[in-house]
Amino acid sequence: MFIITCPFCGERDQSEFSAGGEAHIIRPKQPTELSDDEWADFLFMRKNIKGVQFERWNHAHGCRKWFNVIRDTSNDKIHAVYKMGEKPPSD
Amino acid sequence: MKNKYSIISLLKNSLSYHENWQQAWRDPEPKKEYDAVIIGGGGHGLATAFYLAKKHNMKNIAVVEKGWIGGGNTGRNTTIIRSNYLWDASAGLYDHALKLWESLSQEINYNVMFSQRGVMNLAHNLQDVRDLKRRTHANRLNGIDAEWLSTEEVKKFCPIINTSPNIRYPVLGGTLQRRAGTARHDAVAWGYARGADAMGVDVIQNCEVKGIKRKGDAVEGIETTKGFIKTKKIGVVAAGHSSVIANMAGIRLPLESKPLQALVSEPVKPIINTVVMSNAVHAYVSQSDKGELVIGAGTDAYVSYTQRGSHDVVEGTLKAILELYPIFSRMKMLRQWGGIVDICPDASPIISKTSIKGLYFNCGWGTGGFKATPGSGDLFAHTIANDEPHSLNAAFNINRFVSGDLVDEHGAAAVAH
Repeated sequence: MFIITCPFCGERDQSEFSAGGEAHIIRPKQPTELSDDEWADFLFMRKNIKGVQFERWNHAHGCRKWFNVIRDTSNDKIHAVYKMGEKPPSD
Repeated sequence: MKNKYSIISLLKNSLSYHENWQQAWRDPEPKKEYDAVIIGGGGHGLATAFYLAKKHNMKNIAVVEKGWIGGGNTGRNTTIIRSNYLWDASAGLYDHALKLWESLSQEINYNVMFSQRGVMNLAHNLQDVRDLKRRTHANRLNGIDAEWLSTEEVKKFCPIINTSPNIRYPVLGGTLQRRAGTARHDAVAWGYARGADAMGVDVIQNCEVKGIKRKGDAVEGIETTKGFIKTKKIGVVAAGHSSVIANMAGIRLPLESKPLQALVSEPVKPIINTVVMSNAVHAYVSQSDKGELVIGAGTDAYVSYTQRGSHDVVEGTLKAILELYPIFSRMKMLRQWGGIVDICPDASPIISKTSIKGLYFNCGWGTGGFKATPGSGDLFAHTIANDEPHSLNAAFNINRFVSGDLVDEHGAAAVAH
């Protein structure tokens, strides 16, 4: 349970958002050319980091927009929030 | 040599005011090398060590645990045991475990207080009725006891359930597995630890794994807070922290770790005679032998290792509990806690070899691992000893995520993940 600052709406309770999992997993451009191993890697394998993780969130009960969050999964502290398509903050 | 627990040993020790009971297991320092090391001293890890020693004669082995044994998810779950899963592979796996539960107290000479009080799954809408009836038929075809109950039969079996048609999610019926029930979670860990220790297994507590040493495609040993331990076989049974260990070995797993919560009430006289689970409204409840209501809530929908969980999840569960059991409206809750569960995309576990020689994983049990403890340990021990899976866990290999041969138990797990 924590507060997320939506880049469009500001500070809201986490219960307004839905989690979209690990961020920056790039959808393959030519899916037909992937091997089964590469498909499995794209579809199922996750870093599932204990520590600072990059993830996607959706403001489901608000503006319904997607954005990225950098969060420490060991204590739920949010380090940064940035919009889709933007590069993550470097520090 | 371990003394046998019996009514005679109890009487004998009462004469010395129970001050001279033999130590249940040793507290050894790690040796330099073992034939196999199990990472994780919960029920599954200790059971694995027990069956490795008992059935596969591997006695020069160790279990390393970062905290104390049984202090992880073994001590945090709601102790429900059942085997009414939909698919053949799951039915085989969970019923193997249930059969072991039925004679476990005798096998390990430790009372695990296994109580076959039945597990009832409620249906609240037409789709629930169809799904649960289908599951009942599938269970029977696999030789697992299952019954469909009408609303009246549900009320008769558990009279405190509100079966009024006027509630928001009325009870339209349910399934019952009479062989299912509960057990004492701590006793399972302690019993397996004592049994394994008696056969020479080193159970090493307060020993955290810091790294896995590889030589090419094979494992060489583990770095721990108590030094380097050399071994050719590593069995990882680290539940919510499986991905952390996998990262040390340089592999990725199809897991996400999420907080799962449970809570217990103040103790009261016997009021609920069975375990009742309800998927649609997400409420499940039973009563411990101490008299506390044991209530399981859901997982948070995001990855977290915080062992807390969100308040709105508990609130949602308690709303459902109160509508189904108005009699609980003035009960006070004593404790709430969270544990970290590792969930696979198909909500089925992984008991498997990996691409690294000598590295085995037993993980992905998600919200329902306790029920499988004896079976999981038995099959994982077989997999480690033979470097090949047993026929009962062959379907639960890690390659199913490549081949696409998933064991999709999301709906049939009876609790939404």
